[in-house]
Amino acid sequence: MAASAAVTANYVLKPPPYPLDALEPHMSKQTLEFHWGKHHRAYVDNLKKQVLGSELEGKALEHIIQNTYNNGDLLPPFNNAAQAWNHEFFWESMKPGGGGKPSGELLALLERDFTSYEKFYDEFNAAAATQFGAGWAWLAYADNKLKVVKTPNAVNPLVLGSFPLLTIDVWEHAYYLDFQNRRPDYIKTFMNNLVSWEAVSSRLEAAKAASA
Amino acid sequence: MAIRSVASRRTLAGLKETSSRVLGLRGIQTFTLPDLPYDYSALEPAISGEIMQIHHQKHHQTYVTNYNNALEQLDQAVNNGDASTVVKLHSAIKFNGGGHVNHSIFWKNLAPVNQGGGEPPKGALGGAIDTHFGSLEGLVKKMSAEGAALQGSGWVWLGLDKELKKLVVDTTANQDPLVTKGGSLVPLVGIDVWEHAYYLQYKNVRPDYLKNVWKVINWNYASEVYEKEC
Repeated sequence: MAASAAVTANYVLKPPPYPLDALEPHMSKQTLEFHWGKHHRAYVDNLKKQVLGSELEGKALEHIIQNTYNNGDLLPPFNNAAQAWNHEFFWESMKPGGGGKPSGELLALLERDFTSYEKFYDEFNAAAATQFGAGWAWLAYADNKLKVVKTPNAVNPLVLGSFPLLTIDVWEHAYYLDFQNRRPDYIKTFMNNLVSWEAVSSRLEAAKAASA
Repeated sequence: MAIRSVASRRTLAGLKETSSRVLGLRGIQTFTLPDLPYDYSALEPAISGEIMQIHHQKHHQTYVTNYNNALEQLDQAVNNGDASTVVKLHSAIKFNGGGHVNHSIFWKNLAPVNQGGGEPPKGALGGAIDTHFGSLEGLVKKMSAEGAALQGSGWVWLGLDKELKKLVVDTTANQDPLVTKGGSLVPLVGIDVWEHAYYLQYKNVRPDYLKNVWKVINWNYASEVYEKEC
């Protein structure tokens, strides 16, 4: 499945496209310092060590993800590779002053495929809230349709045959410092205050072009 | 005591609620949050009082509430002969029932230092640990390594295979109880490695949590369970 161009092919810990305190008060600087500075960094560092000297060394991140998913019977590099990809995608799914309802073509498509933005909101919320344990919720694009998907642990829609457009990390480390057990509050805050619809739109354009 | 945490009652298809708060209409037993036999702060500095309170009052309570709800829905579906709903409810029962089972064991697996927390196991269990793992240190090293390596959420266990009469170390994902790894497995010690079990105190450094939790492990309880099964 063709790549989402925004995610880098080499194993670099790319900083979020905003300062670590820029998402406050919705997502604290402390959370970004740990989540990006420790968790995401560890996935990148561990991936480098893991593929060193193997046939996967130097291969694009998405190549590693697709080749180690193994139909769900995950090969060892999958977790680090997918989590490195997922986290970069996550930072770029958010922006300061984000959230709320999109406009233009994106809104039209959400209304076409979910009946209304509110129905999409509820479905995305429910997916994020009911992904049991660690995982992610996604807006994805496949077969000319938008859909909501939830995945466990490190799995992402690339291995399920669709283009990721938006994600929220629902591993506890993503929200525990700011929200403790209150995952629903975290999800609402993400939807209302953080989503970068610009990022979603440009990913959608890339997905449409790749599907054409 | 039992009343305060019982899930709200539902009226079943036109039938009236019974007067019993704990037994459902057809006698299904619902569950309540067990009290801890120690104060929230009693396990410090190994596990903070803040974590213990949220872990018990929020996470475990939510499992209990959701488990009770799922059981009521199950009861209704069973009575209606609604096979597909019965099957659909299985994951909610496994998640939430497993969460209740696992955490109920976990609170007993922990004890303040002044109540024996951290004291090495003696007697039969101590001997069995030495036989199977070389030493307590060997067991601790193995469990800590497996707990640290677990991807996502789950538990690391010391269990007794009561058929083979041997100790095993294993992990389970999410809230799967140990018995899902083998019908003859009895949990002796479980360590919660979900991030909620340690994040506020240890952040991303799960290995530090695993190093420190042994200081408050209640080997007396594990020995009791072991001796009962052997």
